[in-house]
Amino acid sequence: MIAEAGLGLLWIAAALAIMQLGLGWVAVARGRDEQISGVRAIAVAQGILVTLSFLALILLFLRSDMSVALVAANSHSAKPWLYKFAGTWGNHEGSMLLWVTILGAAGSAVALFERSLKASTLIATLAAQAALSIGFYAFLLFSSNPFTRLVPAPADGQGLNPLLQDPGLAFHPPTLYFGYVGMSVAFSFAVGALVTRDVDPAFARAMRPWVLGAWIFLTLGITAGSYWAYYELGWGGWWFWDPVENASLMPWLATTALLHSVTVLATRDGLRAWTVMLAVVAFSMSMVGTFLVRSGILTSVHSFAVDPTRGSFLLALLAIYIGGAMTLFALRIGTVREGSQFDLVSREGALVVNNLLLSAILGIVFVGTLYPLGVEAVTGEKLSVGPPYFNATAGPITLFLVLVMIAGPLMRWRRDRLAVVVQRLAIPILAIAVALLVLVLVSPDIGILPFMGLLLAGGVALGSLAPLWGRNLRRTPLFTWGMVVAHFGVAVSLAGMASETGFIKEVLIASNVGESHRVGPYDVKFAGLDPVAGPNWTALEATLEARRGNGEPLILKPQSRMFSNPPTETNEAAIRTVLDGQLYLVLGKQEPSGRWQLRMWWKPFVTLIWLGGGMIAFGGFLALVGRFRRDRLSGRGRAIA
Amino acid sequence: MRRASLWLPFAIFVIFFGVVTYGLIKPSDHVITSKMIGKPLPQFALQPAHDGQAGLTNGAFSGGQPRLLNIFASWCIPCIAEAPVLMQLKSMGVEIDAIAIRDKPEDVARFLERNGNPYTRIGSDTVGKVQISLGSSGVPETFVIDGKGIIRHQHIGDIRADDIPEIMQALEAAK
Repeated sequence: MIAEAGLGLLWIAAALAIMQLGLGWVAVARGRDEQISGVRAIAVAQGILVTLSFLALILLFLRSDMSVALVAANSHSAKPWLYKFAGTWGNHEGSMLLWVTILGAAGSAVALFERSLKASTLIATLAAQAALSIGFYAFLLFSSNPFTRLVPAPADGQGLNPLLQDPGLAFHPPTLYFGYVGMSVAFSFAVGALVTRDVDPAFARAMRPWVLGAWIFLTLGITAGSYWAYYELGWGGWWFWDPVENASLMPWLATTALLHSVTVLATRDGLRAWTVMLAVVAFSMSMVGTFLVRSGILTSVHSFAVDPTRGSFLLALLAIYIGGAMTLFALRIGTVREGSQFDLVSREGALVVNNLLLSAILGIVFVGTLYPLGVEAVTGEKLSVGPPYFNATAGPITLFLVLVMIAGPLMRWRRDRLAVVVQRLAIPILAIAVALLVLVLVSPDIGILPFMGLLLAGGVALGSLAPLWGRNLRRTPLFTWGMVVAHFGVAVSLAGMASETGFIKEVLIASNVGESHRVGPYDVKFAGLDPVAGPNWTALEATLEARRGNGEPLILKPQSRMFSNPPTETNEAAIRTVLDGQLYLVLGKQEPSGRWQLRMWWKPFVTLIWLGGGMIAFGGFLALVGRFRRDRLSGRGRAIA
Repeated sequence: MRRASLWLPFAIFVIFFGVVTYGLIKPSDHVITSKMIGKPLPQFALQPAHDGQAGLTNGAFSGGQPRLLNIFASWCIPCIAEAPVLMQLKSMGVEIDAIAIRDKPEDVARFLERNGNPYTRIGSDTVGKVQISLGSSGVPETFVIDGKGIIRHQHIGDIRADDIPEIMQALEAAK
């Protein structure tokens, strides 16, 4: 019964979305702003119904209702409840339902809370949001129905991909989806503004919290994804330039650029066309990312739901939405009045450079990700583009971007004098010089990129704090704090990346029980090997004692796990975090000689990478809260006046 | 010029669309195929992997009849799934030789006792050297070798019941 109810709710929600689009269309075309209450009510109802439908699916998973095909294929009654819950979106149909649910809920939120936008633009925005939803409803209802029954019902399910049985990964996809779909709202705003030709600061201010919110989730999602890949895949790296990773990096880059240009539009009324373009591009990248991951046309170590037929459906949606929005952009943006002008040496100028550099990196990643596919289409040859390409191309631009990041916040809006800017930059420049000196003295041969990275990290750290200089800290607005924290987070991440890359120690050995090996500052003794069993796996577990100097030994227990349902082998790395880095140990296979492969890394300050990622997201959160607070205060001010 | 540049994003998207459409219509097989297809077997002479059965040399494949060369291991899970299908192929009159990869005779014996023995000859490749020279990247894998010892077809992964027609066809073509 629950499954049928869920499906029914989905149909009704889809019908409401069609009404929302139709009524909105008519209202905008005939210039009837008073229709707004009707469109709003429909948007809210649609959001509620689709959310209930998703809750129905969650319930089916929690109850292990094996008569539903999706549950039987992706769950198992013996699974811990958390993974039953996460299993809801740990598969293609469920994740698409989650996607359309967030889409609907976001539309409801816009309908309920958006008050500053002009009525006609708001109607157009809600209609655009409904148009997005309709495509995904059609996708769910006609090609990937999550509520299909299975007759006869099997006694038990097939389980969830064991790689996904991890609390971190259980919540990684929804985090990213919140980011992706948050961008859908920015996209709808952009389309709405293009339809009514209303690209102005009010539109930017309405769009900004959505961009900021989506960006926070994307940042968290990427950071968590990076850490997941780092400890779960057992490879010991934190970024692989894997197509799936790039799929979330590309929207993040576009959103980061958008976040900065929307601020220019909201406060200085500049960069109108750019901002609209970036809003369209950012959501396009979200959809392209989803498409690349879901269609399986790119080979990746972790692409999950691989199915070309679904790929074609998604591709058709891409063509309609992105192609449509870009056509609309090309046709309409010419009629949008230019915003206000500014000098090259100014805060706006720095933000434009920031935008261009971010776009350049985005282009590099985009080309690198799709190049193999393009080459195969033209010449039929198979090749892969690996980290060397990305590091060599994106690395230097990133460092240059970081340089601009130091200077940008220290410049004035509209116009500034170069000499004065240089003067303000004195402290960061001095910091870089000192860091340079220290590094040359301490370790002259760590490679150019990590070297530059460490230097710039120092500069960014100081540069990011500079806007607080000479201010009354308690009166500094919360969003300024947000910027400071986020930029400081970049410095922290950068320091972690550079330090890990520059000072890493790696050992790969074959070892008998009882032997000791040295990695970085640690002596690691292979103390024992025992079989262990978990709820749905068996494993071999090594016991390793890591000793630094004469201190107490750290006990680490990496495992090599066998899952029976479905048969899969995973390596559970043992990671121990200490103050100045991480010890990362992996148990490999047994060699014919009877010795065991051990892979050991000492990674100095590697945790800074994710700490920085968290700080960046937290900075975004502070800025978001700051904006809301200011809006509420100014709203109250208006009410009193 | 300015008007034209406004269509640039759209143009990039059209290129993207073209490329991925191609990728969808003609999905690549994502499989590493051996460069050895169409070439004669490399020289090798392997010790027997199982008591009472002959070892394997490349010379054994020049008998005039096409046959299968199956690469397996007692420690390989998909090989267990494949075993009954190989037995079925044998009952259909197909001759199968095998190379056991990184295995011990007692493990091979236990594996064959449990899962059946479809093989005429089994060579033991203790370090996987012959496997590499064949261009094989994992177990199980099966090659169709024609009567002159030339590799005609490669099947990567376990042979399932659905794959029998494909294998029979390849054997027929190798005659």
